[in-house]
Amino acid sequence: MIKINKKISEILTQHKNEIFEDWLSGQLASVSLRLDLVSETELRRQSQEFLNLFVTASLSSNLQDINTPEWDGVREYLTSITYSRARQGFSPTEIATFVLSLKHPLFSHLRELSGVNSNDLIDMIWTATFLIDKLALLSIENYQRGREEIIKRQQQELLELSTPVVKAWDGVLILPLIGTLDSARTQIVMESLLQSILDTGSAIAIIDITGVISVDTLVAQHLLKTMAAAKLMGAQCIISGIRPQIAQTMVHLGVGFGEVATKASLADALAESFKRLGLAVIKPQARG
Amino acid sequence: MSVSKSDAATIQNTEDIVRLRQRVRDLMKNEGFSLVDQTKMVTAASELARNALVYGGGGAVLVEVLKEDNGRTGLRLIFEDHGPGIADIDQALTDGFTTGNGLGLGLGGSKRLTNEFLIDSSPGAGTRITVTRWM
Ligand SMILES: Nc1ncnc2c1ncn2[C@@H]1O[C@H](COP(=O)(O)OP(=O)(O)OP(=O)(O)O)[C@@H](O)[C@H]1O
Ligand SMILES: [Mg+2]
Repeated sequence: MIKINKKISEILTQHKNEIFEDWLSGQLASVSLRLDLVSETELRRQSQEFLNLFVTASLSSNLQDINTPEWDGVREYLTSITYSRARQGFSPTEIATFVLSLKHPLFSHLRELSGVNSNDLIDMIWTATFLIDKLALLSIENYQRGREEIIKRQQQELLELSTPVVKAWDGVLILPLIGTLDSARTQIVMESLLQSILDTGSAIAIIDITGVISVDTLVAQHLLKTMAAAKLMGAQCIISGIRPQIAQTMVHLGVGFGEVATKASLADALAESFKRLGLAVIKPQARG
Repeated sequence: MSVSKSDAATIQNTEDIVRLRQRVRDLMKNEGFSLVDQTKMVTAASELARNALVYGGGGAVLVEVLKEDNGRTGLRLIFEDHGPGIADIDQALTDGFTTGNGLGLGLGGSKRLTNEFLIDSSPGAGTRITVTRWM
């Protein structure tokens, strides 16, 4: 094994430049090339850097386990390229091809070795294949992780985006709910409404569900609990924007909002709040 | 009657429930179901999927678009879990009955929101619930 490893790292060191050029032209000719996402100069730089680290690590004469400290540099660099490519929108195939396409130029040089018996050659190819496959799998794993992080971040952003409690008037808050309410989001939205009631000392909170796609028992329960909590805090809730299909569904489901006032539209709910606060909206007298 | 489209999905977390609701809505919209039909079925799907997750410990759902010979279209959902099962189905269907922290309306509500409703469950054997809504 040591003999085989040594031989491979010798070839890598001696033929580094040719292997690099072959690898790069292979990548440039490949169907999975994404010049729209990464420029040729950038690809050249990344490939050069990766190969340098790869050759250095191979000198450790450990080509079997990429989780050892000798391979730290290679793993880290590969991870950083993969993360940036995942963000740029590369596909998993395109990501894996970067490392996998190193096989062809490397194997060509192994074949050109003189004085190697075929058993050793097969061992060398087997070792190199195994090594490169491991790196390719690592980049796929990192790709997956990178994508998941992006999705998580977007979900988080969405959570924050969709919880705008607005102050409509002194003492009147509006919470417009939008989209499908999963339990995590509903919970956060409701908490932010209660917090705003506390912060502003508002007497009335309008929950507008015009943008909600469906109200199931869980959403209804969240709404009911929030309204009960608001009541304890001295605020009244009004629900507005229950669309016809949702009203019908709620009736069949058997959920209702009890004594809480419901209004067809947000405008109606606002008018109701003004009435409760003893306010009137008056048109200014036209001046002569 | 024939099944013109069908696909299966697992129910392992709340994201799966969100995805199922979207799937049901999209399919029904494409088939030309009314907004009321869509909303009713999406809500039933949400209830039954959550029961499978909460009480059944997770499960799977089969979504089928049905075509009758006379041209009538239907959407069928088959929920399956291998949880503890339901010992007393009539009791479970009673409005307000819950062994969890719910309102106890999901099961009975789903029955009222769909045209066909079938429970197959026995203690220890898991639960299979089939619901269909016709256009
Ligand atoms: N898949 C299932 N496996 C085992 N038990 C179930 C299953 N689905 C429902 N049940 C039982 O039936 C009861 C009633 O279900 P139902 O969906 O009507 O109410 P809930 O889930 O308790 O509350 P809600 O749906 O209103 O939030 C549940 O509390 C549970 O004990
Ligand atoms: Mg339920």
